[in-house]
Amino acid sequence: MYARWVLTALLAWPLLAGLVVLLLPARLAKYVALAASVVEFAISVPLWWTFAPAGGMQFVVDQPWIAAWGIHFSVGVDGISLFLVLLTTFLMPLSILGSWTYITKRETGFYALLLVLTTGMIGVFVSLDLFLFYVMWEVMLIPMYFIIGVWGGDNRLYAAIKFFIYTFLGSLLMLVAIIVLYLHAGQATGVYSFGYAHLLGQVKDLGPLAWWLFGAFFLAFAIKVPMFPLHTWLPDAHVEAPTAGSVILAGVLLKMGTYGFLRFALPFFPAVALNQNVQLVIVILSLIGIIYGGLVAMVQPDFKKLIAYSSVAHLGFVMLGIWALTLQSVQGALLIMINHGISTGALFFLAGMIYERRHTRLIEAYGGIARVVPLFAAVLTIVSLSSIALPGTNGFVGEFLVLLGSFRTYPIATALATTGVIVAAAYLLTALQRVIYNPLQNPENEKLSDLTPRELVVLIPLLVCILWVGIYPKPFLQRMEPAARALIEQMKPSAAPPAGQP
Amino acid sequence: MRLDPAIYRDLLLSLLPELVLTGWALVLLLFVAWRHRTVRDLRIAGWLTLLALLSTAIATWWLWWNRAGVQGVATMIAADDFRWVADWIFLGAAALTVLISFAYLEREQLLAPEYYVLLIFGTLGMMVMAAGADLMVIFLGLELMSVAVYVLAGFDRRRARSAEAALKYFLLGAFASGFLLYGIALVYGATGSTNLILIGGQAAMGKTSVMLLAGLALLIVGFAFKVAAVPFHMWAPDVYDGSPTPVTAFMATGVKAAAFAALFRILNQAFGQVAAWHDILWWLAAVTMIGGNLFALGQRSLKRMLAYSSIAHAGYLLVAVTAGGPAGTSAFLVYVIAYTLMSLGAFAVLTAKGRGGESDVKIDDLAGLASQRPWLAFALAVCILSLLGFPGTAGFIGKWYILIAATSAGKNTLAAILVITSVVSAGYYLPVIMAMYMKPQPVEHAHVDVTLDRWGRTAVAVVVVAMLLFGVWPNRLFDLAKSAATSVYPAATTAVTPP
Repeated sequence: MYARWVLTALLAWPLLAGLVVLLLPARLAKYVALAASVVEFAISVPLWWTFAPAGGMQFVVDQPWIAAWGIHFSVGVDGISLFLVLLTTFLMPLSILGSWTYITKRETGFYALLLVLTTGMIGVFVSLDLFLFYVMWEVMLIPMYFIIGVWGGDNRLYAAIKFFIYTFLGSLLMLVAIIVLYLHAGQATGVYSFGYAHLLGQVKDLGPLAWWLFGAFFLAFAIKVPMFPLHTWLPDAHVEAPTAGSVILAGVLLKMGTYGFLRFALPFFPAVALNQNVQLVIVILSLIGIIYGGLVAMVQPDFKKLIAYSSVAHLGFVMLGIWALTLQSVQGALLIMINHGISTGALFFLAGMIYERRHTRLIEAYGGIARVVPLFAAVLTIVSLSSIALPGTNGFVGEFLVLLGSFRTYPIATALATTGVIVAAAYLLTALQRVIYNPLQNPENEKLSDLTPRELVVLIPLLVCILWVGIYPKPFLQRMEPAARALIEQMKPSAAPPAGQP
Repeated sequence: MRLDPAIYRDLLLSLLPELVLTGWALVLLLFVAWRHRTVRDLRIAGWLTLLALLSTAIATWWLWWNRAGVQGVATMIAADDFRWVADWIFLGAAALTVLISFAYLEREQLLAPEYYVLLIFGTLGMMVMAAGADLMVIFLGLELMSVAVYVLAGFDRRRARSAEAALKYFLLGAFASGFLLYGIALVYGATGSTNLILIGGQAAMGKTSVMLLAGLALLIVGFAFKVAAVPFHMWAPDVYDGSPTPVTAFMATGVKAAAFAALFRILNQAFGQVAAWHDILWWLAAVTMIGGNLFALGQRSLKRMLAYSSIAHAGYLLVAVTAGGPAGTSAFLVYVIAYTLMSLGAFAVLTAKGRGGESDVKIDDLAGLASQRPWLAFALAVCILSLLGFPGTAGFIGKWYILIAATSAGKNTLAAILVITSVVSAGYYLPVIMAMYMKPQPVEHAHVDVTLDRWGRTAVAVVVVAMLLFGVWPNRLFDLAKSAATSVYPAATTAVTPP
C-alpha cells in the first residue's frame, strides 16, 4: 500500500501545504510550515526500511498525463535517488526551524516558497519521465530565485538574477536535447514517449548527434554542480541567500547536477562520456575544482564565501568519483553527496546563527569566542572536522572511498586530488582558529549569547548523522551498492566486479 | 455538415459567424448614433459588444459542433476547424479587451462608444482573414481590420503620441497593404487565379515561375509588416507605445494572430509545394527572435518592453510557421492562444498602473507593488513567467510544442536559437518581477491608486487561471489544435509525424 502512494504524497503534500501557508496570517506561517515539513519527513522515513536494495526502481507510479505527447506522471526511487529524497525531507524541517528568527518580513511567502521548493526538489530526484523531470528542474528555480532575491543580503538582486540566468541557460539547452532524444526514439520505434526507460533503450544509434546531446546535458548539470569554470554563480548565491536558502542550495540543489550525471548524462551517452578526451577534460576540471576551490576558500574573508568555495571542492570529488566508475568511487561519490548536504548544511546554519548575533560574516570580526560561546564552538569544531574529512566523521568515509576507487582508474589525478584534502584542512582549521580561538579582542564579542535550545534542535540531528555515517556507514553503502553496480555495468559491461566482491 | 458554396443558403450558413457579428455591428452603430454622451451609454455599448462577441462565438461553435466543411473546393470561404479555432482566439481577445476597456475609457475620458463599434469591425476583419480561401477575401478582411485598428490607435485624440501612433500605423500599414496587393497581382498573373487551392494546384504542377516567386516574396513582405517581424518591425514600438493600452493589447494579440492565421493558410495551402519560402521564413524567424529580444533588453518603459517582446514572440510564431506540417500548425495555434492570454494579461495590469499615459510607466515604477497589491503583482508575475516560457504556464507548453515541431521538421538550429533567445528574454522579463517583489517602494503608499475595476479584475483572473490550467492540463487544447491542424492539410500529407 505504502509503496503505491508514498511518492505522490511526497510531491503533493508540500505543494498543498505551501498553498495553505500562503493564505495564513504571518504569525502562524512558520508553525504550520514546520508541522507540514515534519509530516513530510515522517512520510518519507519508512522508505528507508521498505526500500529493497536489490529491487531496482521502486515505489513506481505511472499515470498518463498529456497523452498527445506521450507524457506520463511517472516516478520511482532507486539506490541513487533514495538518499537524496531522504536528505531533502530531512533538511527541510531543519531549514524552517533554522529560519525561525532570521526571517522577519513577509513570512508567509518565505515558508510557502520553501514548501513549494520541496516539491520541486523531490520531483527532480524521483521523475522517471523526462518532461516531468524538466518541469520539476525548472519549478524549483523560481522559489529559490525569490528566496535569494527577496530575503537575501545587500547584493541579492545581482545574485538572484545570476543564479537564474545561469541555470536557465543550461536547462533550456537540455530541453532541446530532451526533445531531440524524444523524436529520435519516436522515429525509431513509432512510440512517442518521454519515459526514461523508453528513451534509454533507444540511445545506442545516435551517432555524432550524441556529442551534441551530451554537451547540452553536460552544460545543464555542470552549471548546477557547479564545475569549474561555471561555478561563479555559486559564491554569489550562497553568500546572499538567507540561511535556509544557503543550506538548501548547498545541501540539495547542487546534488541535482551530480544526480543528473548519474541518472541521465552517463547512461544515455556512455560512448561519449567514456571517450578518452571527454574523460580527460572532466577529470581535469574536477581536479581544478578541488584544488582551486580549496585555494580560493583559503583567502576568503567572508565565512559564507569560504563555505561556498569549499562546496566547489567537495563537488569536485563527487565528479571525480562518478567519472572513475568503480564501485567504491561511485558509492563514495553518492556518500559525499549526502555528507556534503549534512556538513555544509550545518556549517551554513552555524554561519547564519552567528550572523544573527553579530550581523557580520567576516572572519576577522570574531576571534576567541570559544570562551564566550562554548557550545557553538564545540559544534563548529565537530562540523568543520567532518568537512575536512577527519576519520570517524562522515566526510572521511566518502572521500576515502572516492580516492580509493578512483586510484585504479586515474592514479595521477587521484594523487593530486588527495592534496585537496590537505588544502581543506588548511582553510577550515585556519578559519576555525581565527573565529573561535585566538585572543578575544573585539569587546562586542564578549556579549555573544550561546546556542539556544531551538538552535540545538536544528544542529543535533546533523551531528548525529555526521557521527552515524562516520562510524557505521554500512546501511548507507548497502542500499547504494546494487544501483551503483547497475550503473557501472550499464556503462562498462565488462568492468563491473561480480556481486559480493568489493 | 457539408456546405456547397454554389448554393445560396449554404454560403450564408458558412458565413454565419461573420453575418451575426456584422448584424450586431450595425445595431451598435445605430445605438451609438442615438446614445453617445454619458458614461452609461458607454457601458451599455460595451455590454452590447460582449453580447455580440458571445453570440458570434456561439454561432462559430454551432458550425464547429456540426463539423461544417466545404463541399469540393472552397471558392471564397473556407470552413474548417482551423477557422473556428482562430475565430475563438479573435473573439476571446476582443472580449478581454472590452473588459479592460470599461474602466480605462472612463478614466481617460474617452467617452465615445464608437470605440466598441470599431472593435467589432476590427474583429470582423480578422475573422474574414482567417476564413478567406481566396487572396481577395483575405485582403478584404485585412483592410477591414486595419482601418478599424488605425482609428483605434488614434482614439485618444487629445494626446499627440496617440495621433502619432495612428498616423505611423496608417502610413506604414497602407504601404504594407500595397506590397500585399502587388504580390496578389503577381501571383494572379503567374497562375491565373486568386484562389488558394487553385494556386496550390498550379504550383504543384511545377509552374514556379519568377513571377510567382516575386509575388510570394511581396506577400511575405506585406505580412511581415503586419506581424511586425524584424526587419519590418520599425513601426511597432511607437504604435504600441502611443496607442491606448487596451488597443495595444488588442493589436498585439488579435491583429497579430489574424495576420499569422492568414499567412499560415496562404503558405500552406497555396504555396505548400513551393520550397522557396522555407528559407526566407527561416531567416525571418531567426532575425526576429534575435532582434526582438535584443531590442527589448534596452527598454526601460514597461509598455515599450512589452511591445518589443511581442516582436520576439512573433519570431517564435514564425518558427512554428517555418516548421509547417500538422505539428507546426497545432504548435502555432497553441502558442497563439497562450500568447494571447499572457500578453493581454500583462497589458491589463499595465492599464491599472498607468494614469494619463502608460507609456511613462518605467519598469522601476513597479517597485514594491507586491507588498501593496499582492494579487495584481501575482497576476503580472504569472504573465511574465509565461511570456518567459516557464513550466507550469501556458507559455511553456506553447514553446515546448514549437520546439517539438521545429526539431521534428529538422530545424534544430532554429530551435537552439529559440531557446538561447529565450534565455536573453529573461534579462528583460525578470527585472519586472524583481521590481515588484524585491525592491522597496520608492515612497510610502506609492501604489494606492493602482487598481482595476471589477471587470478588469475578471479579465485578469480569467487569463491567469486559463494560463495556469493550460500549463498543467493542456490535453483538451491539444485535441482542439490537432483537429484544426489536420483540417488545413489534405489527408495525404499527414504522414507519420509526431503528435
